[in-house]
Amino acid sequence: MRGLSLNDVRVTFGDFVAVDAVSLDVAPGESFGIVGESGSGKSTVLRAICGLVPLARGSVSLTGAPGLPAPATQAFRRQVQMVFQDPYGSLHPRQTVDRMLAEPLAIHGFEQAEQRIEQALDDVGLGAGFRFRYPHQLSGGQRQRVAIARALILEPQVVLLDEPTSALDASVQAEVLNLLETLRRQKGLTFVMVSHDLAVVTHLCERLLVMQRGQMVEVVSAADLAAHRVSAEYTRSLMRASVGFQRA
Amino acid sequence: MNAPTSSPTQALGWKAWLLSERPSSRRQAALGRAYAGWLTFSRNRLAVVGLTTVAALVAVAALAPWLAPYPPTVGDLATQRLLPPSALHLLGTDDQGRDILSRLIFGARITLYVVLLVAVLAAPIGLVVGTVAGYAGGWVDGLLMRVTDIFLAFPRLILALAFVAALGPGIENAVIAIAITSWPPYARIARAETLTIRQADYILAVQLIGASPWRIVLRHIMPLCLSSVIVRVTLDMAGIILTAAGLGFLGLGAQPPTPEWGAMIANGRQFVLDQWWVAAAPGVAIFLVSLAFNLLGDGLRDALDPKSVK
Amino acid sequence: METRHGVTQPLLEVQDLRVTYPSRQGGLAEVVRGVSFSLGQERLGLVGESGSGKSQTGRAIMGLTAPGGRVQAERLTLGDVDLLRCSETERRQLRGRRMAMVLQDPKFSLNPVMSIGAQIVETLQRHQSVSSRHARERALDALAAVQIDNPRRVFDLYPHEVSGGMGQRAMIAMMLIAEPQLLIADEPTSALDVTVQLEVLSILDRLVAERGMGLIFISHDLRLVSSFCDRVLVMYAGRIVEEVAAADLAHARHPYTQGLLECLPRLGEPRHPLPTLDRRAEWAQ
Repeated sequence: MRGLSLNDVRVTFGDFVAVDAVSLDVAPGESFGIVGESGSGKSTVLRAICGLVPLARGSVSLTGAPGLPAPATQAFRRQVQMVFQDPYGSLHPRQTVDRMLAEPLAIHGFEQAEQRIEQALDDVGLGAGFRFRYPHQLSGGQRQRVAIARALILEPQVVLLDEPTSALDASVQAEVLNLLETLRRQKGLTFVMVSHDLAVVTHLCERLLVMQRGQMVEVVSAADLAAHRVSAEYTRSLMRASVGFQRA
Repeated sequence: MNAPTSSPTQALGWKAWLLSERPSSRRQAALGRAYAGWLTFSRNRLAVVGLTTVAALVAVAALAPWLAPYPPTVGDLATQRLLPPSALHLLGTDDQGRDILSRLIFGARITLYVVLLVAVLAAPIGLVVGTVAGYAGGWVDGLLMRVTDIFLAFPRLILALAFVAALGPGIENAVIAIAITSWPPYARIARAETLTIRQADYILAVQLIGASPWRIVLRHIMPLCLSSVIVRVTLDMAGIILTAAGLGFLGLGAQPPTPEWGAMIANGRQFVLDQWWVAAAPGVAIFLVSLAFNLLGDGLRDALDPKSVK
Repeated sequence: METRHGVTQPLLEVQDLRVTYPSRQGGLAEVVRGVSFSLGQERLGLVGESGSGKSQTGRAIMGLTAPGGRVQAERLTLGDVDLLRCSETERRQLRGRRMAMVLQDPKFSLNPVMSIGAQIVETLQRHQSVSSRHARERALDALAAVQIDNPRRVFDLYPHEVSGGMGQRAMIAMMLIAEPQLLIADEPTSALDVTVQLEVLSILDRLVAERGMGLIFISHDLRLVSSFCDRVLVMYAGRIVEEVAAADLAHARHPYTQGLLECLPRLGEPRHPLPTLDRRAEWAQ
C-alpha cells in the first residue's frame, strides 16, 4: 500500500493562483477527501498530483516504501490513476470498452490482456456483454464503471477521484459509491477524492481537507465533521448549506 | 453468434446480429457500427444517388476496355470526322474521327486517377500537419500554421504553370500541383478539431495512462478528425476535377491523344457552334461527376457527424 | 409563511399529457406517459432522475418541445387559454407575459452576444409598450430585485463576464420582468455552488411569494425540492408515481420515492453499504 505526500504545492495559470501552499499527508490505505466550492482549487490539486498540470512550487511524492518512483514518470503512472467526473466525456467516443481497457495494458506491456480485461469488467460489476460496446451504448452509471475499470486495470496503489458521482443520478450514485468502497477494501487502495458534496465525502472518506480559493482551510476527520466539531467558520457555512433550503 | 437458417429470416438474422446491443467480438462491434452508419447514410436519398453515380464511374473506369465500342485514340480522319450523335456513335465523333463515347469512358479512368491521387496525397499530409499542430501547440503550432498559410496562398493554376514550366507538361505534374495546393484546408480542419478534442477528459485519461504524444495523436485524436477530413475531401473532389479539367483545357495536364475530359472540352471549343456535342459531352460528364461527389460528401457529413451518430 | 392554493380556477391544468418522439430504430418512444396535475399559486416540485420525463413535461407546457416530438393531452390549460389549440403566435405572446422558464446554465441560456441589460430590456419591450428609458429603469429595478448590488454595472456586462450565480439571477430578472403568472424552473440551481444555490433559491422564493405566482420546480434533487416546495410530484419512466406534500415526504408511500430517499448518503448517519434502489418493472407500467 502506498500513501501520498504533498509539500507546499503551488499551481498557477499565468497570473492566476489556483492552488497555494497546500501540504498534506495521505497515509497508505487511507481514504482522504477534499471539499470545496468551484474555484477552490480542489480539482487542480488532483491534477497536480498526477502531473497533468505543472507545479509552480512544492513537490508531490509517494510514500510507504523506499525508492518509489518520482511523479510524471511511467512507473508513477502505474501507481497513481484517476477517475474523472463526467462519464460522458471520459470515454473515447469511437473506441469500444475492450479497446479502452486494452490500451493501458499495451502501453505498459502487461501480459494476459484477455484475462485482465475480463477480470476488470467483472470487478466493476459489468458482465462480458459490455465488452464490445461503444460508450454511446452505455448509461451514465455503466460508463463510470468502465472508467473505474480503466483506472484499476494497471493495478495502481493510489486512486484519485474527481467528483466521480456528481454527474450521476442519486440511485446510480449509491451503487457507484458502494462499488468504490468494496474495491478499496478488496485491493487495499489509497483514495484521494474531490467533491463538493459533504455527505458523499464523509461517507467515503476518513479525513478531509476543506479548501477555499486555492488555500487550505482546515483538515478534519469525517467523524468530527459529522459531529460538528469543526473550527473554521467557512466549514460551518458549508455544513449549513448542505442541509438544504430553509425558509427564514 | 447466431446462425440463421431459413432464407426469408436470414436477412433479419444478420441485421439483428449487426445491430445487437451486446456485441461479442471486436469484429461484430466494428461491423455493427459501420452498418449503423450506413443506415443513417442511406436515409438520405440524394446521397445514395451520389454514391451510385460515383460507383458507376468506378465501374466504367474499371471496365473501360470492354464497355467502349471503339478505341479512344484511333479515328478515321477521312470519313468519320465530326459526325453527330447516331446509333453508330452514341455521342458523335470529334474532329479526329474518334468516338466521343469511347473517349469519355476511357477519360473516366484519368478523372478517377487524378481524384484518387490528390486525395491520397493531400489528405494525409493535411491530417498529420493539422493534428500535430493542434496537439503540440506553442511554436510547433505557429510554425506549421505559417507553412500552411504559405501553401494556401498559392493559386493552383499559377503553381501548375510553374511546375509545367519546370518539369514539363503531363498528368502527373498536374496531380502534384493540385495536391500541393489542396492540403492546407484539411490541415486547418484537423487542427480545429484537435484543439477541441485536446481538452477532453478521455485524452487526459490516456495521457495519465502514460501514452506518448505520438500514440495519442495517431491512435486517439486522428480517428476523430478523420470524418471531417473525409467529408471535406469528398466535397473538394468536384473542385479537383474542375481544376484538372481547367489544366487540361490550358494544355497543362494530360497531353493529346489522352482522352482527358478537360482537354476534350478545349478541343471542342472551336466547334461549339456547329458541332456542339464535341464539347458538350465531356462538359456534362464533368458536371454529373462533380455533382455526384458533392451529394456524396453531403451525405457523408450527415452520416459521420459525431453529434448525429449516437 | 402560508401558501394559497388556487381557490377558484387553478393556474395550470394538465391532464393526461403525453410527449412522443420518433425512436432511433423507427417506431415511437413515449417520454411522457399520461401526466396529470393542477397548479395553483404554489410551489410545485417535479422530481425525477434522468429519463423520467420531467424536463420534457416542463417544455411541453411551455410549447418548447423539440421538433419531431408530438404533444398530446386531454387538457392543457393556462387559466382560460387552451395551450394545445392556440396558434404559434398566441403561444409566443404567452411566453414571457404569462408563463416563463428559467433554465439550468446561464452560460448557455443567455444570449452571449448581447449585454445582460439589453436582453432584459428586449424581453420587456416585447410584451409591454414602454419607452426605452422607462424600460431601462424597469430593467435596473429588476436587477436590484434579484439582489444584484450594482445594477448599473451589471446592466452593461455580457453573460460570460459574470459568475454563474449572478448570471442565474439575471436570468430570473429577465424572466420575471413581464410579470408572468407561471414560472417553470428547470434545474435552476444545479450548475451552482451550494452556498450560491441557497441565495438564488431564497430570491426566487421571495419573488414568487410577493407576486403570487405559481412555480414548477423541476429537479433531480429530492431533498432540495422537498425543502423548497409545498408539494412534490415524483416522476419515473414518464409517469407520476407519487404526489405528496413536501412536509410529508418522509412518509412517502411509493417504493421508488422511499428508495430515492434512502439511497442518499446522510451527513452524520453512516450506512455502509448504502441502500440501493431495486428497480422493479411494475413501476414503469
